[in-house]
This record gives sequence, C-alpha cells and structure tokens, in this order.
Amino acid sequence: MKTPVVEVQGLRVEKGGRSILSIDHLVVEEGEVMGLVGPNGAGKTTLLMVVAGLDMGFRGRVLVRGVPLEAGNLLSHRRRLGMVFQDPQVLDLTVLANVVAPLRYRGVPGREARRRAMEWLERLGIAGLAAHPARTLSGGERQRLALARALVTGPELLLLDEPFSSLDAPTRAGLIADLRRLLAALGVTAIVVSHDFTEVLLLARRAVVLMGGRIRQDGEPRSVFWHPADPEVARLVGMDNVWTGEVVSGPGGPRVRLGEWELDLPCPHPSGPVQVGVRPEAVTLCPDGRGLRAEVKAAVPHGPLIRVEFAGPVRLVALVPAAQGLELAPGARVTVDIPPASLHIFPTARP
Amino acid sequence: MELIWDGLRTALGLVAGLDPQVLEVSLLTLQVSGLATVAALVAGLFTGALLALGRFPGRRFLQSVINAGMGLPPVVVGLAVCLLLWRSGPLGGLRLIYTPAAMVIAQFVIAYPVMAGLSAAALQQVGPAFRLQVEAMGASRLQLLGAMLWEARYGVLGAVIAGFGSVISEVGASMMVGGNVVGQTRVLTTAIVLEVNRGNFDVAIALSLILLGLTYGAAAALTLVQQRKR
Repeated sequence: MKTPVVEVQGLRVEKGGRSILSIDHLVVEEGEVMGLVGPNGAGKTTLLMVVAGLDMGFRGRVLVRGVPLEAGNLLSHRRRLGMVFQDPQVLDLTVLANVVAPLRYRGVPGREARRRAMEWLERLGIAGLAAHPARTLSGGERQRLALARALVTGPELLLLDEPFSSLDAPTRAGLIADLRRLLAALGVTAIVVSHDFTEVLLLARRAVVLMGGRIRQDGEPRSVFWHPADPEVARLVGMDNVWTGEVVSGPGGPRVRLGEWELDLPCPHPSGPVQVGVRPEAVTLCPDGRGLRAEVKAAVPHGPLIRVEFAGPVRLVALVPAAQGLELAPGARVTVDIPPASLHIFPTARP
Repeated sequence: MELIWDGLRTALGLVAGLDPQVLEVSLLTLQVSGLATVAALVAGLFTGALLALGRFPGRRFLQSVINAGMGLPPVVVGLAVCLLLWRSGPLGGLRLIYTPAAMVIAQFVIAYPVMAGLSAAALQQVGPAFRLQVEAMGASRLQLLGAMLWEARYGVLGAVIAGFGSVISEVGASMMVGGNVVGQTRVLTTAIVLEVNRGNFDVAIALSLILLGLTYGAAAALTLVQQRKR
C-alpha cells in the first residue's frame, strides 16, 4: 500500500478551553480530491491550517507522506504544498511578481521563475494582467492569481480554503469550471474546504462532513448528497425535508406513515418509528390530482427555480421549475408526488 | 525690525556666496546625522523585527524600554556618552571625545529607539492574514521579514524621517560630546547657539535657514518616495 499523502491521528485542537477539532483518524490518499464541508465554526479552516503546518497548536500526529509535522520540518513541508485562502493576500507588486515570489522563495533563478509564472498566468487566463499591480485586481482575478501562485511550484498537496465564497455567482461558476479542469489534468492531491455542498459535488471525489470539530460522514459526494448520515448533515447538504414517521406494512410492501400521508419505502424495513428525508428537488407536482394532498404556504424564487413550502401533515419543501411554481399562490390546494427511490431512511438514531 | 532684515540680507549673501565655512559646517552636519541615521536604521530595523516577529521572554519589557527611549532627552544622552568617552572614562582609551565619531555615537543613541519603535509599530500593522499567506507561499523567516518590510515600507520610511529629523535638529548632545570645535566638530545647531551668544544674529539666521532647508529637503525627498504611487 502506498503511504498516504496526509494522515491525521488522534488530532485534538482546543482554543480557549473549547474543543475545536477532535479527529481520531483521517487519511488523504495520493491523487484524491477531498471536499471538506461543514457549517461555520465546524473546524474546517483549523484542520486545513494544521495540515498546512501553519497552526501547530494541536495534540496528536499529522503525518505528511509518513513524516510527522514538527517545528523542525515545517518550512520544507510548506514548500511542498500550495494554498489558496478565502480572501487571498497579495504582495504589493505586479501580478507576475506575485506568482514569481513562491519560486523565488524556493531559490528558482529569475528567468526560469518568470517563464514558469507566465505559463501559469496563461493557464489561469490572466496573462494579460501580468504587469498590473496585484492590488488593483477584482475578486475573481485575485483568486485566479492565488491559484496560479499556489500551483506554480508544482505542489504535492493543494489546500483550498473556501476559495470561491467571496465571489459573485457568475465569477464563481467560471472559476469552479476552470479549477475542475485543472484538478483533473494535474491529478494533484487536494483538500477543498467549502460550506457549499454543490462545490464539493463538482470538484471532489470524496466528501468529509465536519460538525463541531468531528467527522460526521465520510464518503462519495453523491452518496452524502442523497444519503446524509443524520438530519443535521441532511440540512447542510440541502435535504430540507426530514420527518419522523411510523413504518407500517402495506399491500405492496412497507410504507411510512406521516399523519394522513403514506409513502412507499424503497426497501424492506422493520415496523416502528423511522426518520426519513427527501430532497426538495425530488418532489414533483401532480397535475392529475393523484398523490399527496398539500396546501401551498409560500413560494419564493430560488435561482431559476421556485422554492415552495407546503403544509400537510408535515412541512414539505419542494423546488419546482418556475413555470409550474408561478401558478402556486398561498392557500392553493395541490397534490404532490414523492418517488419512493428518493426517500432516504436515516440509520436508527443512536440511543 | 532692522535686526531681522539685516540678518536676512547677510544670511542670503552667505548662502548665495557659498561661504566656505558655512559650507563646511553644513557638510559635517549632513555627514554626522546621515551616518547616525543609517546606523540607527540598521539596528532599529533589526530590533523592530525582533519586537514584531519574535517571541521571547522580556519582549514586552524591551518594547517598553524602546518606547520610553523615543523621548530620550538629548542632553542626557550627551552626558552619558560624554561620561563613557571621557579620557578617564571606560571607553576613554578610544580617544573619541570631541570628535565627529563621538557625535555620531550620541546621535545614534537618540535615533535608535525612534527607528526601532516606529519600525516595530509599522511591522506590527501588517495583518496576521498577510503573514500566513506569505508563510503558506513557502517563505523562510527571513523571506517573511523581507515581504513584511516591503509591506510596511511606508511606515519604515516614516521612521527614517522621524529619526533623521530628531538628530539633525538636536544640539545638546552634539555640544557636549563634540565640543563645537571650529573646523572639526562644529555642526549647524551648535554653530547657531554660538553665533547667537556672540550676538551675530545674521550668521545665526543664515545657518538656521540652511538647517531648515536641509531638514525640509531630506523630509521632502523621503516623503516623495513614500507617497509615490499611493
């Protein structure tokens, strides 16, 4: 087995007597792009800073290619990684000089450093800005500069701390698409911190959910998306419908009863109480009147979709296409359908 | 009124005529204060970096000593350096008393806390996010210091302006350790005091104008650099 790029063992971080991180074991394999998600204050940035060797206030062991991080090897460790911050700081120099700087720090001669820096500015689409003062760049251009500056040294590990969260939507979309291409082309091991799960879906092949400094779920992004480990993770990844119901046996197999609603379950399940979840995208309106009866409470725009809140025996949220959603005035009575395949059964809550 | 007008007329004559004695005094002033400033800058930057970046026991104490030193009275410095360099003093063997070197030492002692204190303040202004960024880029401690100095360069230039201004204008220490010897240790400030005592107000005015001109010229040049592209 190959040595993992990063291995964290028994990591504990406390700040002001409060536990920030508590991770027993976490491994990042060669070439893996790991998305680190969690709400604000979950410890994502702290974990990234620890892995980057920028925060040594921890207990436990952080191994980088099998070598534990310690005061004596931090510089050589930092010189093998590239890092992009949420709000990147730039040196008060030209754009080119900013990308040259990390090479200069590593002793790469000037001409060679400038050639490599230009090459990366071109790859990030900002070669035309090379001679501009870096402090005059827009937010998106600054992030591109930060990416070029992180990648120019050919890092073994790329750490991205919410690199898109201070950008507007179109800028963000363009940058995510470019980063996705770059990550695929380079095959570089990366950790992307985000509080937006869609970024992780697009960029990462593994999602680690961090809450209160602990790992709540670790798996393929799609599987976390459709099958969150618990209701809190569900809320984080946008599964707005989480209900507690009762499993009963029906004619066609087990069903879950939520007041007067009964939904088919996708798989066998013993009778008794159960927690189920449904993504709002999975809920559809049934114009033919068959399905679950619900009353519209509110309808608000949500990007190109409409987010509709229904009152039924339980509160139901659906994301529907604008053309359908516009018809829905509060108070309207409609029927909705929830496909059994989209029904997620939460593992039984720990006692 | 006549006193002032006469003074001004003679003064302008002395300045315009490039009076050799006036020229010599001005040159020595620039040499002594310039040298003291440069030396204080080097030592001050080192101390400032230590205060801003270092973590060591007694850092706060050193910071408070430096801050207090920024208001050190020149006469007290003059007395201290005098006692050190006095023929029978601990460093008397160097035979520096009443030489320009003694004046450079005294002025260094005056300018050093100013430089150290102000450059530490300028470096401390650089935010922690900037430091983390530069460290993440793979900078060693020395490279980090370089990046921070560049980031804080306007503040450091301010320190140079303040340090130079404090030594070129002081008179007490230069008088005590230099002795105001004609052609050897006479600088503008000590010469002005002498001429006023003698009643030669016109010469005193001429020298004052030159001193003002030098102080203003140096500050203006540094300010120009400081404010460029801002």
